[in-house]
Amino acid sequence: MEKIGVFVCHCGSNIAATVDVSRVVAAALTEPGVVHAEDYPYMCSEAGQAKIAAAIKEKSLTSLVVCSCSPRMHEETFRAAAKKAGINPYMVEIANIREHCSWIHKDMEEATAKAIVLARAAIQKVHRNVPLFPGESLVTKRALVIGGGIAGIQTALDIADAGYKVDIVEKTPSIGGRMSQLDKTFPTLDCSACILTPKMVDAAAHPNITIYTYSEVEKVSGFVGDFTVEIRKKARFVDANACTGCGVCQEKCPSKKAMSEFNRGLSTRSAIYTPFAQAIPNVPVIDTEACIKMKTGKCGLCQKVCQAGAIHYDQKDEMITEKYGAIIVATGFDVIQLDAYDEYAYSQSKDVITSLELERIMNAAGPTKGHLERLSDGKAPKHIVFIQCVGSRCDDHRGKSYCSKICCMYTAKHAMLIRDKYPDVKVTVFYIDVRTPGKNFDEFYRRAVEEYGVEYIKGQVGKVLPQPDGSLLVRGSDLIDNRQITVEADMVVLAAAIEPEKSVRKLATMLTASIDTNNFLTEAHPKLRPVESPTAGVFLSGVCQGPKDIPETVAQAGAAAVKAIGLLAKDKLLTNPCTAQCNTLLCNGCSTCENVCPYGAISYDDQEVNDHGKRETRRVASVNNALCQGCGACTVACPSGAMDLQGFSNRQLIAEVDAICR
Amino acid sequence: MSIETNWKPKIVAFCCNWCSYAGADLAGSSRLDYPAEVKIIRVPCSCRVNPMFILRAFEKGADGVILCGCHPGDCHYSTGNYYARRRMTLLWSLLDFIGVEKGRTRVEWVSAAEGVKFSTTMNEFVEKIYSLGENVRLGDLRCKN
Repeated sequence: MEKIGVFVCHCGSNIAATVDVSRVVAAALTEPGVVHAEDYPYMCSEAGQAKIAAAIKEKSLTSLVVCSCSPRMHEETFRAAAKKAGINPYMVEIANIREHCSWIHKDMEEATAKAIVLARAAIQKVHRNVPLFPGESLVTKRALVIGGGIAGIQTALDIADAGYKVDIVEKTPSIGGRMSQLDKTFPTLDCSACILTPKMVDAAAHPNITIYTYSEVEKVSGFVGDFTVEIRKKARFVDANACTGCGVCQEKCPSKKAMSEFNRGLSTRSAIYTPFAQAIPNVPVIDTEACIKMKTGKCGLCQKVCQAGAIHYDQKDEMITEKYGAIIVATGFDVIQLDAYDEYAYSQSKDVITSLELERIMNAAGPTKGHLERLSDGKAPKHIVFIQCVGSRCDDHRGKSYCSKICCMYTAKHAMLIRDKYPDVKVTVFYIDVRTPGKNFDEFYRRAVEEYGVEYIKGQVGKVLPQPDGSLLVRGSDLIDNRQITVEADMVVLAAAIEPEKSVRKLATMLTASIDTNNFLTEAHPKLRPVESPTAGVFLSGVCQGPKDIPETVAQAGAAAVKAIGLLAKDKLLTNPCTAQCNTLLCNGCSTCENVCPYGAISYDDQEVNDHGKRETRRVASVNNALCQGCGACTVACPSGAMDLQGFSNRQLIAEVDAICR
Repeated sequence: MSIETNWKPKIVAFCCNWCSYAGADLAGSSRLDYPAEVKIIRVPCSCRVNPMFILRAFEKGADGVILCGCHPGDCHYSTGNYYARRRMTLLWSLLDFIGVEKGRTRVEWVSAAEGVKFSTTMNEFVEKIYSLGENVRLGDLRCKN
């Protein structure tokens, strides 16, 4: 005989303010099978759980319904409490009367009535629950970090230091990421390369770290603790083991007109190249689109001059298949395309640049060797205008609705650096708001204004007009003085919004990790699980999760590493027992379920079936519980109703439907 | 159409655990209201929803059923929402045949980050069901003569 206990949580006033919990208790007691019901201010608290344990003991409960917050919040808590008190943890159901009821309804009558229905549905479901027992799976003690920027490097270093093997997959020819393109970093004005390159070297030298540059993840299969990943190592046409990094090939290469990606297209590079001087590995790659040998078959100069004999024009892409226990995504960001922002004349004038381009211009290794000059005529600018929020905090389809978070600070940095090095240059910043929440951030911004005399104008720019004499007229509004103004400048710098790296959507699909409308990866919980993806075993590091500056990225990278280490430290994981089961009496071996299973978890074998006393051998489906992830596709596809999903069985779901429609 | 009655529709929302149920949770924690007529059933994936469940709901007196899953391409199980979409298309033919208006069922993709979309969708759907009025009971469709 079933004995169901119903526990209704007040969640302080979160539930109790809109739902009359005593009526939910009373209604629950009228349901058949319910032998106990009570309410308590905080069911999830130790005292609340003790009440559950006491009731289980006293009333010999066989199953529980907890009416509380979302099961995504506390299902585990209550399952653990049940287990501790001697009930199978899968004999617990949660009625979500907070997120799905009290928080969205204002009318007490309505909310209470709904809570009663939700409780009833959960009670009807739990009637049909059966004890389930998780299986075990082994953990592969190796992690994969996708992306070799500061986020990926930091995560890899932290995992490697804990004693686990880590592979970094980076799609460009070198690790280093966006940070390697920066000149200085706020709010301390450290040289970016000076603080990044030691970390790059550490990662390359670490015995536990393997770096695959110029490589991309092609395929991911498996699940937490046991992912199988295929990595495409693109052909560099240079043997990394033989190459000494002398650089002669790059010097002698006659094709020098390719756009330098590293310098954001502001300078050119040779067809055989390393993106920057401190590149790791210091092994060049051949850009097949620019290489004369690749295009015409003639040339071959680099091969001739290479003393090490490292150049192989016939090198092919290599596929690597490796197993991992955890995957950390650290794919970072790019700056948005500015095609839709023609009013700022980005495509019309060479002197309208993005902040990342300015970063390259200010850098000693950049296109102008660190001299601040106009790209159109090489002259030194006299007045630079910075425009904030280009594509950020945008309420139309052209831009992003979010704040890119880093622009206010890097603009203050740029303004300060320019005023410091070129005191004669006037700097004006058009802003919507100046946002400086961070340690020493506001002090930094105030220094830009007070010590360095940077002019800040609150208002948006409507248009940048290139003039025949090469100057730029900037038309904007001054919201403080409430007037339209026109500023004459000779250089305009746009703080373009940042967006997640383009390839992340494809990657998210491969990893079955959720992604939001802005292509940022979704965290398992926005506050409490910020570095975990909802997909078990997949962790998030850096800007792929949301806009971040360097210190935040490094902090999150470390947090993601800790989560991954926590997983890798386990030898075995408990698997989800909510898997498909085949009723061999009903199965006719048609293979429909096998065809819809995304995990290849279903196979067929000949089993002896006792069909009403008639023993015969039939071809029937059998589910590999280690592979089945419990989606339920097979249960609906099965024409004979032989497949069912434990934990979400046909009987359970129909009972919920009936309870709601009663 | 019933206007001045106390009739309140019964609406079942099947939400997949990974996207839409989380989207509904976000709608809740963001206090984005939608009518209490909507009752959510959690399923692991939209492909777990057997069209029979929807017919069952209509048989038991539901006035509307909405199925929410991850956006195409974003399914936690890679392909589940595609199966769900195809099954629903078939179900619509059947519902049309037995005389249940198409507007009483809806498929919507809501991600875990789309609390606003969840709330808007539910508001729209409930409004639609109110405009359609009370549903025929599937049992009443049998030939009575």
